[in-house]
Amino acid sequence: MTKKIGDQAGKMFEYFGSFLRKCIFSVLSVGPVPDHIAFIMDGNRRYAKKRNLLDGAGHRSGYLALMNMLKYCYELGVKYATIYAFSIDNFRRRPEEVQSTMQLILEKIEDLIKEESMVNQYGVRIYFLGSLKLLSKPVRLAAERAMVATSGNSKSVLSICLAYTSSDEILHAVQECCGEKWDEGSALESKGAGNGLVFLKGNENGKIKPSIVVKDLEKHMYAAVAPDPDIIIRTSGETRLSNFLLWQSANCLLYAPPILWPEIGLWHLVWAVLDFQRNFSYLKEKTKLS
Amino acid sequence: MSESCVFVGVIDCMYGNLLLVGMGMGSTGIISKACSRNDGNGAGTVAPPARILKYGNETQELLKWASRLLLNLLQSFYAIGHICDAGVEIWVFVHFGSFCILPSPYGISKKLTFRQKKKYGISKVLELLQWVADIGVKSVCLYDPEGVLKKNKEPIMQRFSSANLSEEAAVNGRLVTRRNLTLEFVSFEDGKEAVAKAANYLFVKHYANGTKEKSDFTEPQMAEALGAIGSGGADPDLLLIYGPTRCHLGFPAWRLRYTEIVHMGPLKSMSYGSLVKAIFKYTMVHQNYGS
Repeated sequence: MTKKIGDQAGKMFEYFGSFLRKCIFSVLSVGPVPDHIAFIMDGNRRYAKKRNLLDGAGHRSGYLALMNMLKYCYELGVKYATIYAFSIDNFRRRPEEVQSTMQLILEKIEDLIKEESMVNQYGVRIYFLGSLKLLSKPVRLAAERAMVATSGNSKSVLSICLAYTSSDEILHAVQECCGEKWDEGSALESKGAGNGLVFLKGNENGKIKPSIVVKDLEKHMYAAVAPDPDIIIRTSGETRLSNFLLWQSANCLLYAPPILWPEIGLWHLVWAVLDFQRNFSYLKEKTKLS
Repeated sequence: MSESCVFVGVIDCMYGNLLLVGMGMGSTGIISKACSRNDGNGAGTVAPPARILKYGNETQELLKWASRLLLNLLQSFYAIGHICDAGVEIWVFVHFGSFCILPSPYGISKKLTFRQKKKYGISKVLELLQWVADIGVKSVCLYDPEGVLKKNKEPIMQRFSSANLSEEAAVNGRLVTRRNLTLEFVSFEDGKEAVAKAANYLFVKHYANGTKEKSDFTEPQMAEALGAIGSGGADPDLLLIYGPTRCHLGFPAWRLRYTEIVHMGPLKSMSYGSLVKAIFKYTMVHQNYGS
């Protein structure tokens, strides 16, 4: 009996909270709403230490906070969300820690693909960005399965950066561009059009014809699935980007609240959006100039 | 950590934006400061999009008006919150007087002509460079998205030029000054465009012999390519942004990987105290570099 009342009270609070959120988001939507918000989820381990939790519990709390933040973003009307789940630099952690983090990632990817998950509720298409070949086979296969399972969703996009760094992304784009130019050149040569290979013989003639431009590189970036972020939120008060979306963040607002990631809530998102709205015309001007 | 200190600053004279990138206490430390024009961007400067409601016309108008009022109120609270926060900072500086000279009060925005704004911006930058040189910073990079500072570096060079300018220092636009302060001028072209040029360089170097190399490019190869095309340079340790917002405005992505990015407020209200505070905070930071 008490449990039933408790459940009902819980549901009432949830409805009231949801209603209040809708009111706040309606007010915010009068101004410009960011199209793309990126999150650096920093502070899970410190949170676990602060609360005397077991190893790995900080990341689990972080996952719950992430689901809430994504829900708020999609309710507000933010179409694209990107999260920094695991960096290539994080492979330097203790093997047991890397293993348990990978296990948690695998578990949560499986949860996301389920029918009743938030992903299907909000029509979210999932992309995994990064050097997925660095991941273990089960995680890589789960990631590929998630991308296929959500390929039919088109309302919103969630980009999960796994085994990702910006420098690796730039190198990958350069590599792909060079490979593409080589293939173009080889195709021309096989058809007998020798003129197309000036860039290959550049060194001998001293005439180097530049053929790779910024647009080619941007096409091959992992993060090309979404537009450039409007806000990057990094928790725990750290002021660096740690090799995250450096190429894409040229005209992006960087917001660094001092709270740890599992402590992030609705008000931090509201504050970030207000900051974005306050600086919208300046950032738009800068984007046009670049 | 190496010993030299590098500041990188960027001045956007068109809009009075200065992004000063400083290299910290190490040999490759760079402190960045972005100075920006204080154009008094306030709340509610954006035209709201139309929002269609499902009620009658009058109710629609009333609801629209109420929403705009609420949004403006929210943004006002946000602005007040920031002003109070700034007030607290000034108090802290006065209290810890041993760290700094008394900070200058927040500047009042003035309407200036374009030329006056340009002059005003350069004089502020010179003052800033003087401060960083006094602190002992060894290397400064001035970043200007439009490249205005690069084209108009004479006043700065005149003020800080050394009698014996080495040729190596003059390469890549780096200038060694009288106080052994290395100055570098960077613009938006040294970011994405430079990476495209480096990609072409790598293509010619590794594919020009007619065979496709099987191994992937590495970070040292990329750094070498960027250096070869004239956009090399060490990564800043500290980036100080003087401007209306915390945004790096396209500073070369390759050099920003682990840089601490600090927002210093508008250029007009820059103060020696906040500069020292930013450097002090930087020295207290502990980076795991992912581990």
